[in-house]
This record gives sequence, C-alpha cells and structure tokens, in this order.
Amino acid sequence: MLYFLFKRITLLIPTFIGITIVAFSFVRILPGDPVLLMAGERGISDERYARLLAEFGYDRPIWEQYLEYLNDLVHGDFGISLVTKQPVLDEFFSLFPATVELSICALILATVIGIPAGIVAATKRGSFLDQTIMGTALVGYSMPIFWWGLLLIIVFSGILGWTPVSGRISLLYYFPNTTGFMLIDSLLSGQKGAFQSALSHLILPSIVLATIPLAVIARQTRSAMLEVLGEDYVRTARAKGLSDARVVGLHALRNAMIPVITVIGLSVGTLLAGAILTETIFSWPGIGKWMIESIQRRDYPVVQSGLLLIAAIVMIVNLLVDLTYGLINPRIRHQ
Amino acid sequence: MALLNIQNLSVDFKTAGGLFRAVDSVDIACERGEILSIVGESGSGKSVSMLALMGLLPWTAQITADKMEFDGKDLGRMSRRERRKIIGKDISMIFQEPISSLNPCFTVGFQIGEVLKLHLGMDRATRRKRSIELLDLVGIPAPETRLSAFPHQLSGGMNQRVMIAMALAGDPKLLIADEPTTALDVTIQAQILELLVSLQREKQMALILITHDMGVVAETAERVQVQYAGQRVEEQPVLDLFEAPHHPYTSALLAALPERAVGRKLPSIPGVVPGQFDRPTGCLFAPRCSFVKPDCHKGVKRQPAELGHALCNHPIASSGSKTSAAGGAA
Ligand SMILES: Nc1ncnc2c1ncn2[C@@H]1O[C@H](COP(=O)(O)OP(=O)(O)OP(=O)(O)O)[C@@H](O)[C@H]1O
Ligand SMILES: [Mg+2]
Repeated sequence: MLYFLFKRITLLIPTFIGITIVAFSFVRILPGDPVLLMAGERGISDERYARLLAEFGYDRPIWEQYLEYLNDLVHGDFGISLVTKQPVLDEFFSLFPATVELSICALILATVIGIPAGIVAATKRGSFLDQTIMGTALVGYSMPIFWWGLLLIIVFSGILGWTPVSGRISLLYYFPNTTGFMLIDSLLSGQKGAFQSALSHLILPSIVLATIPLAVIARQTRSAMLEVLGEDYVRTARAKGLSDARVVGLHALRNAMIPVITVIGLSVGTLLAGAILTETIFSWPGIGKWMIESIQRRDYPVVQSGLLLIAAIVMIVNLLVDLTYGLINPRIRHQ
Repeated sequence: MALLNIQNLSVDFKTAGGLFRAVDSVDIACERGEILSIVGESGSGKSVSMLALMGLLPWTAQITADKMEFDGKDLGRMSRRERRKIIGKDISMIFQEPISSLNPCFTVGFQIGEVLKLHLGMDRATRRKRSIELLDLVGIPAPETRLSAFPHQLSGGMNQRVMIAMALAGDPKLLIADEPTTALDVTIQAQILELLVSLQREKQMALILITHDMGVVAETAERVQVQYAGQRVEEQPVLDLFEAPHHPYTSALLAALPERAVGRKLPSIPGVVPGQFDRPTGCLFAPRCSFVKPDCHKGVKRQPAELGHALCNHPIASSGSKTSAAGGAA
C-alpha cells in the first residue's frame, strides 16, 4: 500500500512539469498580450509599450521566462496578478471555496440521484422505467451546458421567479467569511433567511453542473450492476435466502461501486471544467469565473499558476479516488 | 414421506429463438439422510432443475411442476418471502466455482455470519463462535484467523470448504452440491467429496450430488438418477445401476468409465446432447443410440421400476447386455 502510494506520488512530478509547460505556453500562444489589453481601445505608444513589457519581464526569451517561472514555483512563489497586484495563491484560495461548494453540491446531487437511478434501471432492465431513465441520462449527457443553464434561468428565475439569477447570496445579508462555504457561514451567522438565500442561489448552478456527471454516473451504475448481477456470488447470496434488497443493495452494489467510484473521481475533472462555464453563466465568484476573466485579460501569472493549481487538485482527487478504490476492493488492497 | 418430492418439473427459457425446454417433466425424490446423485452430460438440465427448486432462476425461466414438496411444504405455492426462510437454511446449495461463488468484497466471517444472523438470529459474539466451529468442522486450519480472510486470499479448495461451512450454517436437511469438485485439482477433489460424505453421515442430512463423473457416483451415492437433455432417463440404486443399467445412455456412460482417468469430463459418447433447435421427435437419445429402432423416432415410453424407470422403448434387459451396449457405444 505504501509502495503503491509512493509510486503514484513520484508519477505526479513529471505530470506537474508537463502541466507547467502547457499552462505557460497556452496563454502566450493566444494573440495579444497583457499590456496591449490593459491599454485597451485607447492604444499605447510604442515606447511606453516596450517599457511596460520590459517591466513585466515579457521581453526576454521565452525559455528564460519559463525557467524563472519554474524557479519561482519551486520556491513557493506562484506569482502576482498583473491586474489586481494580489498574489495568485491568495486570490486562488479566497475564490476556491466558492467553487468547492458548488462542485460538492453538484457531485452530491449527481451521486444521490445517479446511483439509485442506475440501480433501478439495472434491476428493471428493459422495462419502461429503465428506458425512461437511460433516455433521460442520454439527453442530460448531450446537453450543452451553456444553453441548459440559460434555459433554467429563463424558466425558474425569469418566468417563475423562484430562484435568483446570479451570485452566491442576496446582498441583504452580510456576515464574516469564516469557512468560505456560504451554506455554513450563513448558518453560523444566525441571520434569519440567510441560509435559505444561500441555498436558493446554489440550486440552479448545482443542477446545471451536476447534469453531465449525473448522466455518466447513472449509466455507469447501470452497466456495472448488470454485470455484477449475473455473477456467481450474487446467486450465492440469493441461495442464502437473503432479501432482494440486501442482495442488490449490499452484495451486488458493493462490487458495482468499484467502477462507479472511478467514474465519480474522474468526473471531478469534468466538474472543474464544467464549473468554468457554470460560474460564468451564474456569475458565481469561483475560480472558474476567475480563470475566464484572467484569460480575457491575458493575466499571464494568474492563468499559468491557476491552471497548475486546478490540475494539482484534480490529480490529488484522483489519487484519493484510487486509495478509496483500494478500500472497497480488497483484491487491490492486498496486492 | 420423502423429504423432497418433485413431480413433473419442467423449465422453459424464453430465448430469442422461442421457448427452450431445459428441464422436461422430471421427477426428483430424495429421502431424509439419503445421498442421491444426478448424473448426465453438460446441458442435461441438472443445474437448472436444482436452481428451479431453490427459486434461483432468472425471470426468463418459466417453471411448472405438479408438485414441489419439501419437508411437507409445497415450495411452488409459497410466496418468495416464505420461501426465503427455507432457502439457505433447510435447503442449501454449493456450486461448481467456489472462488467466484463467494463475494470478493466481504470476508469469509461476514459471509458465514450473514446466514447465522438471518436464519438463526444469533448475536455477534455467538456468530463468531459458531463460524469458527463451522470452519473447523469443514477442516479449515486456524479458523479464527481465516474469519477475516477475503476469498481471493484462499485457494479454490479452501473456498469450497468455506462454501460448505456456509451451507451448513443453518443446519440444512438437504444439501445440494452442484459439481462441487469439477473446478478443483484432482487431489483436492477427493478430499472435498470425502468431507461432504462424512458431513452428510454426521448430520444425517440428505445430499443431492450433481456430477459428470460416474466414478464419483460409484464411490458416494446411494441412488442415482440419470438425466439426458432435460429428461430423467433412468433411476436406480447405485449398485443395481452399475450392475444392470437399463437405458442405453446409462450403459454407454458406464462403458466408457475406465477412460475416466484420461480426462475429467464425461467419457465420450458419439454425438452431442440436442440443443434448442435440433431436438429430435420421439426419444431424444435416439440419434446417438446404438440400439435405435424405427419406433424410437415416433415416441418413447416410461418403463416400470424393475427396469429402472428407463425412458426407453427397448430397455436393456438385466444380465449380459451391458457388454453389448458398451460395444455399441464405443
Ligand atoms: N438462463 C438461461 N437461459 C437460457 N438457457 C439456459 C439458462 N440456463 C441454462 N440454460 C440452458 O439449459 C440447459 C441445461 O443447463 P444446465 O446448466 O442445467 O445443464 P447441466 O446439466 O447443469 O450442465 P453442466 O454439467 O454443464 O453444468 C442448457 O442447454 C443451458 O444452455
Ligand atoms: Mg450445471
């Protein structure tokens, strides 16, 4: 187990280096540069342009810039935003909880609905219910997120007026940012209606973000269940006289969860990608929206370090998933 | 009164090509404390008939029976819930593939304990004690430490012992062993069989032993039922059957017995068991039978008990015929 962990962690290092290269070159390949974009419509004189560029160090050869960036990273320096002049790391951690809150809610939604839906579809294989669930999942899977988000806003915020359009909480409430998670902070504040407000802001973005993972989880659960239900040990469990609920919900599900957990873990990456769009649609102040805005401004340090941090988180989550995998699958644990 | 009395059991599977009759009007009876062996080639419906009794067939199976009586209770008319109180307790079953028959995600102790809790309502400490006793009973060394083992950490033979321990947990009146040794090494096979027979004696339970292997039948069974293509073609006490088989199929099986050492599967009789689309009319064995007569293709009749209940128009009469049948089949 320790060896397994060690191997996985050493594998992370080359991956990280790869990501720094990609993140570093990505923003530089985009046309335009931060100085031009800051100057905006007004334009800028050639001389001033050259001076500013030199000030940021962007006139030096690319590889030199890259090596310096790497050197900074090794010393724990993720750079400073060109726009806000704040350390990238600080900005990241102040915005990250918002994204985590949204992603966790979406993931819970996707899991809590997706797994039972998959189980039901598998146990009632070929029935009308199965076809309905799988049909819906297919639609969800192919749904363009942007369009789907706008549709929900139009219906629930616009026509029905049930939910707010954007942000994390109504401006009526103000309380200290203790945990960074609005649901918890609003509860802690003890202000009447704060929690409801936070929740109502969270509902639509969570649904939008959960849609694709939900569909994936439901489909994966169904196919894993179908496979497992035909196994000998399921027949043995039945032969013991166990109830259907126990046979399906314990003996089969435990085995079927192995591939499903993997899919849930992998969907963390998808989730962060989806968060970028979702946060933009709902003006959710998280790292997704932050990345988009920084790319638009060519805020090189933010984009390159932000991408790196996001990638690091995805990889850590995947590692955790692999460890859980060992927990529920004894065959891996004992290797 | 017989412990198990199944009359006229048929099982049809719904398949893409229409209904397929896997078990065809079979009678199975088993007395308390008796060892009944069911033999027949692959595909002769041995497993399916037992799974029908256990209620373990998938929904594609249509089961009909005049009677499916166990211990005075009609299983066929019971609700699933009532039946589950008997399955795993009074009737239990072990299977061919011990390793895949145990759940890879749970420990041996958990899987045995489950039966003890469900059927006997034992508490945790009693379950543990009883599980250790059971593992000890089936000859597993160091049972305390084995309780926390996962199936993949044990050998095939050990897994089968665990399956047997689990099957014995509810003190069954009937144990069904479906080819319990086929997947095991030859040396282990003998040990497991010996274990089953000694447990059967000790516990005075009935044992239905399904096998391909006439050698196993000779060593263990008291009564033998021969199945072919879903039908019961002969049934006799074991000595009589070996002495004087009445159905040409039985006779052919016995004739090829010495070849058993070569392969583990049943000795070869020319031809194959008819499948869904090549079922002959009349006697199902006719295409492979060396005694076939024209009327065999029209219909087939059941012989009386003196002739082993043989499902055959021209059963082999008692003495001397064995060699001729064997010659014909070789
Ligand atoms: N679920 C099923 N659906 C359709 N056909 C089935 C199903 N289960 C079994 N059968 C068919 O029923 C027939 C009898 O199968 P069964 O497993 O009872 O044979 P068997 O005598 O136990 O053979 P073996 O010695 O190989 O175990 C076979 O032809 C098999 O293909
Ligand atoms: Mg079988």
